[in-house]
Amino acid sequence: MTAAAPSSARLPRIAVLGVGHSGPVIARVAMAAGYPVSIAASGDPENIELIAQVLAPGAEPRWAADAAREAGIVVLAIPLHKFATLDPALVAGKLVVDAMNYWPAVDGVQELFEDRRRGSSEIVQRRLARSTIVKTLNQIGYHDLEDERRPAGSPDRRALGVASDDPGAADVVAELIDRIGYDAVRLDSLSAGRLLEPGGPVFGVALRRAEFELAVRAEAA
Amino acid sequence: MTTAPSDAAAATAGEPARFPLVLGLDTFGDVTHDSGDRPLSHAQTIRNVVEQGVLADQVGADFFGIGEHHTDDFPMPAADVVLGAIAARTTRIRVGSAVTVLSSDDPVRVFQRYSTLNAISGGRAEVILGRGSSIDSFPLFGYDLADYEDLFEEKTNLFAELLKGGPVTWQGKTRASLHDQDVVPHTESGPFPAWIGVGGSPQSVIRAAHYGFSLMLAIIGGSPARFAPFSQLFQQALERFGRAPLPVGVHSPGHVAVTDERARDEFWPRYLEVIRAVSKTRGFAIPTKESFLREVGPHGALYVGSPETVAQKIAANLTVLGANRFDLKYGMGGLAHHALMTNIELYGTQVIPRVRELLA
Repeated sequence: MTAAAPSSARLPRIAVLGVGHSGPVIARVAMAAGYPVSIAASGDPENIELIAQVLAPGAEPRWAADAAREAGIVVLAIPLHKFATLDPALVAGKLVVDAMNYWPAVDGVQELFEDRRRGSSEIVQRRLARSTIVKTLNQIGYHDLEDERRPAGSPDRRALGVASDDPGAADVVAELIDRIGYDAVRLDSLSAGRLLEPGGPVFGVALRRAEFELAVRAEAA
Repeated sequence: MTTAPSDAAAATAGEPARFPLVLGLDTFGDVTHDSGDRPLSHAQTIRNVVEQGVLADQVGADFFGIGEHHTDDFPMPAADVVLGAIAARTTRIRVGSAVTVLSSDDPVRVFQRYSTLNAISGGRAEVILGRGSSIDSFPLFGYDLADYEDLFEEKTNLFAELLKGGPVTWQGKTRASLHDQDVVPHTESGPFPAWIGVGGSPQSVIRAAHYGFSLMLAIIGGSPARFAPFSQLFQQALERFGRAPLPVGVHSPGHVAVTDERARDEFWPRYLEVIRAVSKTRGFAIPTKESFLREVGPHGALYVGSPETVAQKIAANLTVLGANRFDLKYGMGGLAHHALMTNIELYGTQVIPRVRELLA
């Protein structure tokens, strides 16, 4: 199916939580990269069966708890204002990719995320204290995520930031990003991940690795 | 890497249209500038929109839509009033919202206003329900954006009940209950057409199918072909709900002038200015000339060019998307009224006949 297929047997299962704008797209590109994928919304998998079938064929619709339990990587692709309703126990002990954004101009103000000293993923980490958070996939338009994939080594391959306090978790996610079709640029803390947020230097910008590194370094300096 | 899902979807979404081709125009009441590039007053902008609607009718457009907005640069909160004025001066063109922000409105009032418009226009009213891309109505009317989905779901449900005609009994959390309530004015010949505008949420597609509303895809950036799976999802959902197929439409921004070059030169600086302001509040990258030209090209969402260029692009994308309706969102803050009138005239007299020819 893809170049990644021969070694895909050892790739971790991915649970995409969320079937809004970005969830089905993330599921599609992860499957194309060779990962087994489950997809879940807040309720009965029957309700998302048709969406999965048409928009992410091959992804298994599951209850969120089942999808998370069976996954090596859980991707949070729910609207951030629904985050408060997510039971932390559901993803306890899991590697969790936070693909969400705090976007008050679009989604309204939320008290939980109004703490300007912390990035939104730091706040997510505090609430999901028993999970390991990696911030990525938030900074690229959900449609672009599919269109702008390029094989490794392509001169126009775009870079995506991967931020975490846990280097091992960041490794796993950096591999996912690379297999999907992007250069992964590591940021060594969730705090540094604030550079990936709306209004930051790389949000929604198509940058190659060198440009990306330059942009985050300039801002961090 | 594989792109199988979208390829498969494109293949089936490209069936011949089962519904008559509809080619319309939409505006958000973007404030126009005078010959000295000074913004016109809100009042003059609104009067100009009436003239634009009347011209749209004269040159043969099928639909004229006005999108509800509440800001200084889009002073268009009462679209139905403006549509009423247009309806009174026209006989042929259909008139409707594009969109009505139902979540921050009262479905009973929306029904009453558009049913009134339907009466004034002799049955030419339509309504497109949605969120739109502006959020200003939420704080203005005391709603919390975090409740958006719940508000939209419940109010769409009530609106569907109201559209059926006859006394309504309804109970919910977002407004007072109705008990065997007669809501006037009654429509003359059944429900007027209702659509749901969708920007990328699969659940909204399912919701439209559930209520039996038509689907309007708002495609304002990136490759239109990306939306083909939504069209397919809509028809499959209709089938699952035991409903007959329904029309699919596309709403996209653009600008038509005599030549490609002229259209781009007029549109680009205004587009840059408007999107720059949006980018600032939303944290996006500011568009570059390069990204603009990509959007104007065959794989982008902007329909900017000569009548031939725009017609070719409309015809190609309707086919890819399995859609039978295209509404061009003309105008961009700062363009002159006369440039918009030229756009409308070229769209009606040249683009529309050419698209019909291409899709015949």
